Amino acid sequence: MTRQQIRKIENTAALWMSALAALTGLFWLVFILGDVLVHGIGALTPDLFTQDPAPPGVEGGGLRNAFVGQLMITAAATLIGVPVGVLGGTFLAEYARGRKIAKLISILSDIMVSVPSIVIGTFIYAVMVRPLGHFNGWAGAAALAIIMIPVVLRTTEDMLTLVPWTLREAAFALGAPYYKVIIQIVYRGAAAGILTGILLSIARVAGETAPLLFTSFNNSFFSINMNEPVASLTVTIFQYAMGPYESWHSQAWAASLVVTLFILALTIIGRLIVKWRFGK
Amino acid sequence: MEVWKIVAEQTELEVKKLDFYYGGRVHALKDISLPVYKNSITALIGPSGCGKTTLLRCFNRMHDLYPGNRYEGEILFKDQNILSQDIDLIDLRSRIGMVFQKPTPFPMSIFDNITYGLKLKGLSNRSELAERVERALTHAALWTEVKDKLSASAFDLSGGQQQRLVIARALAVEPEVLLFDEPTSALDPISTSKIEELAVQLKNEVTIIIVTHNMQQAARISDWTGFMMLGDLIEFGKTDRIFTNPSEKLTEDYITGRFG
Repeated sequence: MTRQQIRKIENTAALWMSALAALTGLFWLVFILGDVLVHGIGALTPDLFTQDPAPPGVEGGGLRNAFVGQLMITAAATLIGVPVGVLGGTFLAEYARGRKIAKLISILSDIMVSVPSIVIGTFIYAVMVRPLGHFNGWAGAAALAIIMIPVVLRTTEDMLTLVPWTLREAAFALGAPYYKVIIQIVYRGAAAGILTGILLSIARVAGETAPLLFTSFNNSFFSINMNEPVASLTVTIFQYAMGPYESWHSQAWAASLVVTLFILALTIIGRLIVKWRFGK
Repeated sequence: MEVWKIVAEQTELEVKKLDFYYGGRVHALKDISLPVYKNSITALIGPSGCGKTTLLRCFNRMHDLYPGNRYEGEILFKDQNILSQDIDLIDLRSRIGMVFQKPTPFPMSIFDNITYGLKLKGLSNRSELAERVERALTHAALWTEVKDKLSASAFDLSGGQQQRLVIARALAVEPEVLLFDEPTSALDPISTSKIEELAVQLKNEVTIIIVTHNMQQAARISDWTGFMMLGDLIEFGKTDRIFTNPSEKLTEDYITGRFG
């Protein structure tokens, strides 16, 4: 065989192997999404959103408590996590740019991103649940916020670093003080990227179960009191899927479908923003 | 005796025994002294790394943005040493504007780009802003091209238009001095000649200092030329004399293209 023939064979082999790997990944993705859709769509009734759970074993009821609880916890986590993440990222990219402290914080938050979320859950359990003696919604929000912060912080830092330095100099040259340069020029230039990072970080925490198990736990009743245990979709899915009742199983499927669609929507919006802003 | 010391022209800026150190170590400007005359164009030329941009960025204290940079000596502007610690940099930078090598439009509309510096100065009256925008854009020879799309993004303009927009933005705050840092090096020849014409027109109102790599450009538009090398000001004088009858061997070698 000539060298050229060998190269051709190698090339074809590489092509097929990578295509196969891609297809394997895609197959499971489609399989999971399809399965969730098929099983979930049946139980996706208006009652699911408007009714609270029926007593165990009784047919009917819905998951209003879990939807509302999930929204409250996620919203509270966003309110805590986004400002901290954005301001932290601003500090790293602007005020501490090029300094050792910035590098150190960047590395630490990269490590934070890969800390298992259950570890964060148990940490919050130790500092916000044990001392109070009962599970509560704020603890769940805090756990999710801790997961969000490094994601938002790093995205913000990266996006601000991408804004050309000369743009800042141009604003300084007109006599602008630094805080105005950051708010009026740099944030504007990086807005789409930062917003995408925030959406993706919300999508990331909206699907978390482990950090909520030890913190906000669950509540079978409708409650908007964040000082008490608060129901969430993911923990409810976990509990219902393990339960013995057929109606619980189908509601867990429906809740899975809703969570999946929610995360999918956030991700698509994030992508669209990137395309709309940077695609041109 | 150099000619410029005899000619009775009004000085806008006076650089006196200026030394500049990057990061406290690199000695980038060495004992520079030169006058900058009012309503004229002063060109700074020299090979890469000679310190001409460094010198330009001293006039609006751009070096203060980075830690460790140090000035020694004086730059007098209206009898005030602008290198002094108690100079208000915000005020200084609104009186000495700057245009950069690459166009730097802000991520906002054409209108908002022009009003940016005015708003920093506290101007908020809508009709006055609109009037100032028209005046600045007319000055920068851009008004007829953009008057119907003032709310469009500044990024929709071509490179040459963006550079004129940036000049208009700098002019809007009515500075006394404009610093140009190789303003045409990223532009095509037609846009370049527009910017050059503009600079010559503008010198009736502002004093211009321009750093350029392009010697023909310096010869075409400037009244005074400073030739720099390795942080030293080798020669300063009337542009036509520098280009026809330089008194230093180094200057002659550079402008005849023997190096650089």
